[in-house]
Amino acid sequence: MIKIENLVKAFGAKRAVDGVSFAVERGEVLGFLGPNGAGKSTTMRMITGFIPPTSGRVTVGGHDVAEAPLEAKRLIGYLPEAAPSYPDMTVQGFLAFAAEMRGLDGAAREQAVGRAVERCFLASVLHQSIDTLSKGYKHRTCLAQALIHDPDVLILDEPTDGLDPNQKHEVRNLIRELGKSKAVVFSTHILEEVDAACTRAIIIDRGRIVANGTPAELRAMSTYAGAVTVQFQGAATQPASQRIAEKLAQLGKVEAVVDGALRVYPQAKGAAGDLARAVVELAGREGWRLEALRTEEGQLDEVFRRITLPDTVKR
Amino acid sequence: MNAWHAIRTIAKRELVSYFTSPVAYVFLVIFLLLTGFLTFTAGAFFERGEASLGAFFGWHPWLYLVLVPAVGMRLWAEERRSGTLELLLTMPVTAWQAILGKFLASWAFLAIALALTFPVVVTVNVLGDPDNGMIVAGYLGSLFLAGAYLSITCLTSAMTRNQVIAFILSVVACLFLILAGFSPVTDLLVRWASPAFIDTVAAFSVVTHYDGFQKGVIDTRDLFFFLSVIGFSLFATSVVLRNR
Repeated sequence: MIKIENLVKAFGAKRAVDGVSFAVERGEVLGFLGPNGAGKSTTMRMITGFIPPTSGRVTVGGHDVAEAPLEAKRLIGYLPEAAPSYPDMTVQGFLAFAAEMRGLDGAAREQAVGRAVERCFLASVLHQSIDTLSKGYKHRTCLAQALIHDPDVLILDEPTDGLDPNQKHEVRNLIRELGKSKAVVFSTHILEEVDAACTRAIIIDRGRIVANGTPAELRAMSTYAGAVTVQFQGAATQPASQRIAEKLAQLGKVEAVVDGALRVYPQAKGAAGDLARAVVELAGREGWRLEALRTEEGQLDEVFRRITLPDTVKR
Repeated sequence: MNAWHAIRTIAKRELVSYFTSPVAYVFLVIFLLLTGFLTFTAGAFFERGEASLGAFFGWHPWLYLVLVPAVGMRLWAEERRSGTLELLLTMPVTAWQAILGKFLASWAFLAIALALTFPVVVTVNVLGDPDNGMIVAGYLGSLFLAGAYLSITCLTSAMTRNQVIAFILSVVACLFLILAGFSPVTDLLVRWASPAFIDTVAAFSVVTHYDGFQKGVIDTRDLFFFLSVIGFSLFATSVVLRNR
């Protein structure tokens, strides 16, 4: 549904987006990750046709955004970063306006407004003017606007920003639900959302894609991936822990974690469970009494930190 | 969805938004009070002893100078400031449709304000026997004058996210359009410029073209002037929006 080829956006000498290519099909939810200023919003603005790319091509549903903007825009529902809306309008009035702008009139308009209100839990504030709403409601009003015409493509720029944990949870569920029948791209810097809602994630840094894969694939890039963390009974004291660590070292690099727990890193990428089994066998031979054992999946935030540069580092 | 539907939807939202905020009511009250004061007191309507609305229309270029930019300054500046411009321009509309929709809504609002001055027409008809054709032409000229100022305000509003800046820039631009044909200014130019130059400058003035209407003459050249000011300003607005 969405195809992006070699997209570049330069602001003066600075390349905010520098050769980004990816594609999103129907049924996919693409998480767009990256530190602040990495080029997430700029990329989304180019997909929705708000700003023209310096070079490269965006097609949505087969329509080139630069050449057939109206056809492309018709397919897209867009939630901009700050979730803007007209403060002097009521929620009802604003959504009716959005529906009319999408060519829905009369009964079709009422139906579209009703469905969006239900999906975004806005029924209680329907007749309130938007400037009297709390941030969470304002945000969801703008989200409802993006869903009003039941678009095939959803571009959501930080859809959970400023929401409380319950609202975040609802919005993630909504995104996952919508992703079954649509192509969804959403940006976030909350890594747990990748697991909660995405089928695939892209990490972007300084305008370039630095990682692209399923959440599991990204986690596998972690240095922790495949490591085994074990805790033995009576190993909380330094000497005992030390002795066990020396023995475990034959299986791989050992690192002490908190409370006497030890983490063993695999020497080579083996089948999942190989290392855990080896640790258990060794424990059996040595007569250590196992308290806990866990194979690490890898941590997204560690991957994220390793492959992106923090804001505070001079660029 | 056809283009007219989009223009109408945008215009409707814009026009309604005037009336859901105090802007419309403050403007209408001030406008009507000022036209009343300027016509009857400062314009010496009764002392003139003639059944015409010269005292009424004569003030419009100056009155609009302040009031029209006040109506139009938020058109794009506010959309830019609040970020709704991003919302509007990513909906399936062209920049042209959005520009026309907003312009027509504000123009319609000014037309409503102008229509509410009907009591002066009633007054002059009760007191005497005016040339009503001339009055109609006067109203038409006034409407086009407001449209020209408004289109310039549209342009300055698109250039900034600050409404105050939009207001000041459009006042200055409109003031130039008045002064170019204002007799104290043209008299000043006579001393060193050729008559052809003065005529060229004066031809750019809204006053020169506005006066025609007040004499009851609807000249296609005057109409063309106002329409081309509007057309040019709105075109420039689209260029500004595209290069934002």
